[in-house]
Amino acid sequence: MGLVLLGVSVLTFFIAHVVPADPVLAALGEHAREDQIRSYRHAYGLDRPVGVQYLIYVHRLLAGDFGISIRTRRPVAEDLGEFLPATVELGGTAWLVALLLGIPAGILSAIYKDRIFDHLARIGSLIGASMPVFWLGLLLLGSFYYRLRWLPGPGRLDISAIPPPPRTGLLLIDSALAGDGAVFWSALRHLVLPGLTLGLFSTAVIARMTRSAMLEVLYQDYIRTARAKGLAGARVVLRHALRNAMIPTLTIVGISFGNLLSGAVLTETVFAWPGLGRYATTSAISLDFPAVMGVTIVAAVIYTTINLVIDLLYARLDPRVRYE
Amino acid sequence: MSKLAPPRRRRWPYRLRLLRRNPLVTLGAVIVLLYSLAALAAPLLAPHPPLTQYLEERLEPPSAQFPLGLDQLGRDIFSRLLFGARLSLMIGLVVVVIAGVLGTVVGMAAGFAGGRVDHALMRVTDIFFAFPSLILAMAIAAALGPSLTNAMIAIAMVTWPVYARLSRAQTLVLVRREFLEAARAVGAGDLRILTRHVLPNALSPLVVQASFNMGDAILIAAGLSFIGFGAHPPTPEWGVMVSEGRDYITTQWWVPTFPGLAILMAVTGFNLLGDGIRDMLDPRLRRAG
Repeated sequence: MGLVLLGVSVLTFFIAHVVPADPVLAALGEHAREDQIRSYRHAYGLDRPVGVQYLIYVHRLLAGDFGISIRTRRPVAEDLGEFLPATVELGGTAWLVALLLGIPAGILSAIYKDRIFDHLARIGSLIGASMPVFWLGLLLLGSFYYRLRWLPGPGRLDISAIPPPPRTGLLLIDSALAGDGAVFWSALRHLVLPGLTLGLFSTAVIARMTRSAMLEVLYQDYIRTARAKGLAGARVVLRHALRNAMIPTLTIVGISFGNLLSGAVLTETVFAWPGLGRYATTSAISLDFPAVMGVTIVAAVIYTTINLVIDLLYARLDPRVRYE
Repeated sequence: MSKLAPPRRRRWPYRLRLLRRNPLVTLGAVIVLLYSLAALAAPLLAPHPPLTQYLEERLEPPSAQFPLGLDQLGRDIFSRLLFGARLSLMIGLVVVVIAGVLGTVVGMAAGFAGGRVDHALMRVTDIFFAFPSLILAMAIAAALGPSLTNAMIAIAMVTWPVYARLSRAQTLVLVRREFLEAARAVGAGDLRILTRHVLPNALSPLVVQASFNMGDAILIAAGLSFIGFGAHPPTPEWGVMVSEGRDYITTQWWVPTFPGLAILMAVTGFNLLGDGIRDMLDPRLRRAG
């Protein structure tokens, strides 16, 4: 993981400092004054050799310095800290949706292979995996908010709701801690549409993988043995088959987290969700390069960490996997 | 030499029969075919030019004259979708070619060279896999400057590592096979072995990946365009069309709905086709699937 993060720093350095024709223009915008350009060049060591520039870059990254955002004129790290919780809350909801719908759907699909449920689930997961996230969000918003008024629209809270005192930045937890039922309810209702929008792709992919992993397992001898011993069907499926089928599924669960981070960029844009994704797009539109790179690095670190955790989970699920 | 290579041609009639047995795959093939036709013949099929504005009739619902209605600037949505198919398929093809060639070359080199070269090249792919794809694509597109060409380069940059892993795995298996040893024994050089013997036999999973990659590329390109990083208005690109039409979702639903549907169907088509080719090529999956 250390090696990968080192590579992440090299690649982002390359994108941020080598690819743009003029990194100063990319960072300061086209209308920068001569003295601003000179002081920026000096402050960021751009008048030094590329190797030295890279070392300065990594040194700053390790200190949590992502530079100053051109748009908000604040340190990017502060911006990221402010927008991260909304993304965590949305991504967490979507992940929960994906696990709670995807895994049972995959199991049932495998058990009832080639029956009507299996066909519906497979068509559903095919469409889910091909769905443009931003369009789905727009359709859901159009139907359930604008037309039916069943669920609230863009944003994290009703306009009338007073946000709870920020402790974690996660509105559900903060409002629960403050004992504010009304705000909790509002935050929860606001999560439904973006959570489903963002979760659908991962649901589809997880359902698909669970199904094929279960099918692989269900036809093996030890399952037949378990059934022959007279164990109840549900027990065989849940205790014997699922545990082994979970290993490939887990890989997909980890990979799908990357899809969630990607999807968050689009979902947050559609739902005006004040998270990292929306921060990234608004920054990108105003060519706020330090901000975009900040989000990119944070996303890579989160994604890499999640997959490391998944790797460690293998060892718990599969006694054959051991890490030295 | 060729006698030692696995017989490949004779399996095709059987494979085509399998294809016919699976209606979803046939559907995928039909969708891809229709989109390709639409893309090729867009200027002939489109009832109106994609940029012409019929301002008197703007936001009119679907009618005989304008099959899918008109957008906020009075342009015929159906005609724009047809020209959009051109753009999306071109994006997909360009991405598949760049990513496919780059990934395959890297993967085959890694698998063939082995040792340190292999290790180093695979660590490079690991780095690319550490990023969520759309976010990395956005960063690259932002660095290069927002344009359709740069979006294609960015998408190729985030999708090539999959080809590298696949072709490396295939190469590792193939280099141990006897027919390669035979080829070497009669004096074939490394390059000849790789291009004439390894590549043709490693092609199947790469073709499957290319089909999925087409769908992915179309989806990512539409996403990038939606947030302002691919095509720009007034280009008839599907993601741009959804983005431009988003304010009309309640009042004139056809404006953002049809372009999104066009994306969904195109991507579904390529995913179905990819599934189908994979199942055809893999007898094990055929049984389980």
